[in-house]
Amino acid sequence: MATGVKPRVKVPKSAAAGDTVTIKTLISHKMESGQRKDDDGNVIPRSIINRFTCDFNGENVIEVLLEPAISTNPYLEFEAMAPEAGEFKFTWYDDDGSVYETAKNIAIS
Amino acid sequence: GNWAKVAAQQLLTQDKLLEFDTFGNVSLIHITDIHAQLVPHYFREPSVNIGVGRNTGAVPHVTGAEFRKLYGIDDGSPSAYALTYDDFASLAQGYGRVGGLDRVSTVIKSIRADRPDALLLDGGDTWHGSYTCYQTQGQDMVNVMNALKPDAMTFHWEFTLGSDRVTEIVGGLPFAALGQNIFDAEWDEPTELFPPYKFFERGGVKIAVIGQAFPYMPIANPGWMFPEYAFGIRDERMQEMVDEVRAAGAELVVCLSHNGFDVDKKMAGKVNGIDVILSGHTHDALPEPVLIGETILVASGSTGKFVSRVDLDVRSGRMMGFRHKLIPVFSDVIEPDAELTTLIEEQRAPHATSLSEVIGRTADDQLLYRRGNFNGTWDDLICDALISERDADIALSPGVRWGPSILPGQDITREDIWNVTSMTYGQAYRNEMTGEFLHVVLEDVADNLFNPDPYYQQGGDMVRVGGLGYRINITKPQGERITEMTLLKTGEAIDPSRTYQVAGWASVNEGTEGPQIWDVVEAHIAMQGTISLDPNNSVKVVGP
Amino acid sequence: IGVGALLISGLPFRASASTEDAIAAFTGGAEVGSGDVKLIAPEIAENGNTVPIEVSSDTAKEIMVLATGNPTPSVATFKFGKLAASRAASTRIRLAGTQDVLAIAKLEDGSFVQASRTVKVTIGGCGG
Ligand SMILES: [Mn+2]
Ligand SMILES: [Mn+2]
Repeated sequence: MATGVKPRVKVPKSAAAGDTVTIKTLISHKMESGQRKDDDGNVIPRSIINRFTCDFNGENVIEVLLEPAISTNPYLEFEAMAPEAGEFKFTWYDDDGSVYETAKNIAIS
Repeated sequence: GNWAKVAAQQLLTQDKLLEFDTFGNVSLIHITDIHAQLVPHYFREPSVNIGVGRNTGAVPHVTGAEFRKLYGIDDGSPSAYALTYDDFASLAQGYGRVGGLDRVSTVIKSIRADRPDALLLDGGDTWHGSYTCYQTQGQDMVNVMNALKPDAMTFHWEFTLGSDRVTEIVGGLPFAALGQNIFDAEWDEPTELFPPYKFFERGGVKIAVIGQAFPYMPIANPGWMFPEYAFGIRDERMQEMVDEVRAAGAELVVCLSHNGFDVDKKMAGKVNGIDVILSGHTHDALPEPVLIGETILVASGSTGKFVSRVDLDVRSGRMMGFRHKLIPVFSDVIEPDAELTTLIEEQRAPHATSLSEVIGRTADDQLLYRRGNFNGTWDDLICDALISERDADIALSPGVRWGPSILPGQDITREDIWNVTSMTYGQAYRNEMTGEFLHVVLEDVADNLFNPDPYYQQGGDMVRVGGLGYRINITKPQGERITEMTLLKTGEAIDPSRTYQVAGWASVNEGTEGPQIWDVVEAHIAMQGTISLDPNNSVKVVGP
Repeated sequence: IGVGALLISGLPFRASASTEDAIAAFTGGAEVGSGDVKLIAPEIAENGNTVPIEVSSDTAKEIMVLATGNPTPSVATFKFGKLAASRAASTRIRLAGTQDVLAIAKLEDGSFVQASRTVKVTIGGCGG
């Protein structure tokens, strides 16, 4: 199981209703590709974040399917609309079944 | 001899070198790629500088007699000595050393006497390249440059001091540290430490200076030394910055660039609205600006050998005209600024004994120089040192463009050795490499130099090789340029599957082990005593 | 010049059969034209282990990214939801060597379009 996994997100604290907001996410994860070998020549098993979702007040913003070619500490940037005040919910799904979540509130100015 | 020296210098006076018919309402002063050369030295320009693609035969890819013909320079004249390579050793006897930041100060002060609010812009590669710079982690250069009172600078080798040291110095700089393409690597955002541009009000003109740092820093230099930063050309953002400063009222847009000349030419063709690009990194010195559309490109050489002055007439928000001079800093002709001489001596005094120690000397017919696409005699000497001191079959030495020259029959001091080797990753490694891998290395570096698209060029010269010969066809694509690789000591073809002992230095990989290159070279020179090198004919070039 | 334990090749990789398979799986065998999809990637990767890329389109429902020269070409698929303010996203990817990166978009009208960029992964070293 992956250890030390820590999600971080950047979301503006407020926006005008219906405005575009830029969201950036990072999650510390080694993204073991399954193609590397250890010093004894044994293949190190694949262990990656394979899926990411961002939802706002229950409605989907983006879903990303990730493959082993995504770099260590996966970074994702995209644009969302916030039609009203509420909560962005971010979810990362690990190969090992772990699910990592974080959320950010946004106010409407 | 002495007679030649007197005769040559009678042609030159400080007044004549600095003579300039002040023009328009704005003056820019450009210095770049000083590589920590505080004191006068010799610097020979390249004999081989091949352009590819659309830059075939175009400046700065013109050298020697062709260069003199292009600019109407007489053989044996001061300009011939300053700008071309032929007869370098004998002309150097007559015209003497160049550069020295106390002389550069005199030039700057004379321009400021004409135009007190002239902008002084430093193109970077400033805090790197000497014994004292290494020992003080750049502090000697910071102290001396601060005394010249620049208005802004941009960056390249500075980052090889490591990001902590760069942050420390930049935090205390009394002028702007610019780089529109210096980004925070983690979040891909502009940094606060390196703003994209700065506004100046000079001669009643609102001037925006936009900085462009070296785009390929983490590739050409060890990225692990500054992992917090990302770079790249980012010409789309450059356009945004130009539009932003124009919208904010800029009447003159100056780009202080460390892209290298061909990259600047391409960028000038893609980005609209830059009036002047002050170009650095590739160390070219051009007596006239190059015009791309409505943008002028100015190239000011390296090591403090030249100062460019650009006077501009800016009216109703437009550059209406310019007058330019590439001022060669002949150090026996230009009076040193005493204040700076004292300051420079203060930086050097704690290291005086070590700097001045004589390690060997050059033979009476042996010039040591570096510039050229494929080899220079300094690099031949460094490769010889690597092969003999590290007991290797083959040596590799990076194709850097900095490092002064040593005349025939001149002492070689420890300072001279550091001037061509000093860096924060100077470990001389010794590795086993297969013939196939060596081929990949040569192909990779060749493409960084000869890719027809300037955006794929990094602005270094070809990796120098010792103990190895090859043929290069510049016009071929990557993977097909390098053929006929030969192990010189046996005359046999390099076997792709065989393993060779390779010594080299300046690896960008973290954890590289070995003695420092300056110690390797010093030991070799000390053992040789007098340096006399065999002519290097090991690279056969098929050109465009 | 940087030399040491290097895994990359200096030569461009050729697209593999698995690239064709990945495209077919995404398009169901439909024709792929050019049009409303854009891919931004650097000319030269600063680090082949983390190459920034950006995909965008005005009308894409989904965009798939492939690294045609990697041993396994699949990289990521972006599916834009109802609250996506644009059909654009950025990420960082691993490239095993100099190669073409490919973005294929499934547009709202059901058609498929593609864009590609060559990214050079170099051993590096040397400089002015
Ligand atoms: Mn440089
Ligand atoms: Mn330089």
